[in-house]
Amino acid sequence: MSWAGWLRLIVVTGAVLLLEVLCRAGVIAKTVLPAPSVMAGDLYRLLASGAASADIGETLGNVAMAVIASILLGFVAGVAIHAMPRVRRALDPFLATYYAVPFFVFYPVLIVIFGLGAAPIVVIGTLFGVVAMLINTLNGLDRIPRVLLKTARVHGMDPVRTALMVKLPSAAPYLFTGAKLAIAYCFIGVIAAEFIMSSSGIGYSIAYAFNNFDNARMYALMLFIIVLVTVLNAVLFTWERRIMQRRRR
Amino acid sequence: MHRKTDTLLVIVALVALWQVLHWIVGSVALTSPADTLARAVELLGSATFWPHVAETGVALLYSLLLAVFGGLTIGIALGINRLAGEVAEPILVSLYSLPKITLYPVILLAFGLGLSAKVAFGTIHGIIPVIIFTMNAVRTIPPVMLRSARVMRLSPPQLVSTIILPAALPELVSGLRVGFSLTLLGVLIGEMFASQRGLGYLVMNAIGGHDVRTMMAVVLILATTAVLISAGLLHIDRRMHRRAS
Repeated sequence: MSWAGWLRLIVVTGAVLLLEVLCRAGVIAKTVLPAPSVMAGDLYRLLASGAASADIGETLGNVAMAVIASILLGFVAGVAIHAMPRVRRALDPFLATYYAVPFFVFYPVLIVIFGLGAAPIVVIGTLFGVVAMLINTLNGLDRIPRVLLKTARVHGMDPVRTALMVKLPSAAPYLFTGAKLAIAYCFIGVIAAEFIMSSSGIGYSIAYAFNNFDNARMYALMLFIIVLVTVLNAVLFTWERRIMQRRRR
Repeated sequence: MHRKTDTLLVIVALVALWQVLHWIVGSVALTSPADTLARAVELLGSATFWPHVAETGVALLYSLLLAVFGGLTIGIALGINRLAGEVAEPILVSLYSLPKITLYPVILLAFGLGLSAKVAFGTIHGIIPVIIFTMNAVRTIPPVMLRSARVMRLSPPQLVSTIILPAALPELVSGLRVGFSLTLLGVLIGEMFASQRGLGYLVMNAIGGHDVRTMMAVVLILATTAVLISAGLLHIDRRMHRRAS
């Protein structure tokens, strides 16, 4: 690991330790935040008892569906829009301001349309993730070196082979970035939707525990989400860096 | 000119899509564009609507101020100190992609119900993109400028005001644009979950009372305002980047 990596580990560990000390010393009240070690213990017991397994499975299933939908739709739409420059120019300002629209205010509308269940949650997650994938697909297709396309033409490759052997590999790093963002955004969308209004899932469980003053369960689930998302993002971030570095060589 | 008609066509297409959806699912689930617009105009003319706007506006303003100034300060510091930036960047990126809504109960416990919790929630949403953009902007300042600053013996405040801020300005506007969107999102989510006032509360209240018309009208007003502000910032952003390049 690099010097900065070690330093980062020290900083994060230090922050957790500081929190632990502050909680144990009573500077932070137990009702506001339990010590990290207590949280971890609660989480272990919760996972071991299996009481949260159904909710965790449900949320992960929703996220997975939203991620698949976002990546597929975003990729297909990106390729289609890239092929039509005029449509693209017209859509450009909308894509750039897309994330300014606070999508959760649409969530109640979706519940009215789809009913209370997994469907509106997956849709919200997809709405959140799809445009990140779309924008990065456009980006990737824009940056295919001209010379590669010319080479393909010189060799007389048909459109399908050009797409598979030249365009796709050359745009791959950007597609990866898009997928990475789509995953992060789908998590945010799905969990927030469950939190606001739903009848199952991790987000719902946290809101439910909060309303019932069940701090042990609430913090355990929060810790679970934080650890899960952080590890996932860290893996994707490292992987992305490696792909980008290979590209530069 | 071509561009404007194209943009208009996209808007027409969106409204048409909305109308078709309305025909499919019916008025109970989704009111028609005309009907929603009528209700929106009615809301904008009523006296009970504006206190909610003011509530959300004040929360948004405070959060934005905190996010922008806090983000600038931290971002500049991390941008100048290369090692600190390198250590902090992955941490910031993972904080950015964390579903922060799970932290809302902690914020409610720490700040209590009310304005301060909303402001805190909006701020944690908005501050991270501002930090990341600022940090990257400062990092990409040509080293020769920083060296000349050292030659001229500029004090740190002078360095920030005469070199760093002007050089980083275009990126800062980009950061502000992303920060604005996320801060608004944070404030609204805060209002939707535990609040008695504000536009987010109004949406949740309307859904509770099966008042789809009001809900759609508030959503329309919110979305339009957000897109207009963001488009304005985008315009400034692009002009600055063009001038810088």
